[in-house]
Amino acid sequence: MEKIPILRMGRLLLVTIQVDLYDRLAESLEADLVQMINKTGARGVLIDISAVSIIDSFMGRIIGNIAAMSKILDAETVVVGMQPAVAITLVELGLPLSGVFSALNVEKGMELLRSKLTNMERNVDGSDDGSAE
Amino acid sequence: MVVLNKELMTIVREVDVIPFRNRLKEHAVKIGMGLVNQTKIITAASELARNMLKYAKGGKVTLEVISTGRENGIRLTFKDQGPGIANIPMAMKDGYSTAKSLGLGLPGTKRLVSEFNIESEVGKGTTVTVIKWKNG
Ligand SMILES: Nc1ncnc2c1ncn2[C@@H]1O[C@H](COP(=O)(O)OP(=O)(O)O)[C@@H](O)[C@H]1O
Ligand SMILES: [Mg+2]
Repeated sequence: MEKIPILRMGRLLLVTIQVDLYDRLAESLEADLVQMINKTGARGVLIDISAVSIIDSFMGRIIGNIAAMSKILDAETVVVGMQPAVAITLVELGLPLSGVFSALNVEKGMELLRSKLTNMERNVDGSDDGSAE
Repeated sequence: MVVLNKELMTIVREVDVIPFRNRLKEHAVKIGMGLVNQTKIITAASELARNMLKYAKGGKVTLEVISTGRENGIRLTFKDQGPGIANIPMAMKDGYSTAKSLGLGLPGTKRLVSEFNIESEVGKGTTVTVIKWKNG
């Protein structure tokens, strides 16, 4: 079966969706990602959808699910590269993908994820020693 | 209104949606529809095809290129022989779903197209017709 490759880059997982997803492919991506986060302890997931020209409510829900599930597993999801026509359509459809951080491109997405991870670690450190600064 | 082109496609499996979407895209491009409107009609078509598969085990879709003389557009007719919809006004509400999914397919589709019509009879089936004008 066709699969969407998941790349590991340090603490981040990178997924580039190159084809227009159909249901089973999207569902298997969701399952594969969860498994991969568990296996690698990844802290961030970057999904590049710049090649995706259609997102309907099913696909939108899968992306939302991936973000929600990653969060439970302590990883942040950033979706990058949404085509403007897709973004306009999603809003009219009634699904503005709230809760999933969006960035313009992979580079910006990486930056966003890295800074979020650094912030999270700082917060954890701060609460661990209990000292107020 | 004249029909410039008409084709019938059968959708009984998930993978049938891909060639249908491609064909729709070809026609939309051919009449010079802009990218945003193309994306809207293809997304709407995707929702309606999915509904047909999910609730009616598939059906048929007629793809037509139509013209009023002043304006060209695309008309899609999704026809299935599934269980039908008992309460259409309810099904047209945002968030209403008997499948615990998002319930945006029908109301969202209506917002994405220029004209929307749904007819359904319990035990007989459902027909949804949508038109997207090139500049609509
Ligand atoms: N072709 C159809 N045949 C029978 N019932 C349908 C059909 N399309 C939609 N429905 C009913 O209308 C409801 C709303 O559909 P929709 O707005 O697409 O949301 P969703 O698919 O997420 O439930 C569905 O849950 C289903 O009960
Ligand atoms: Mg639906």
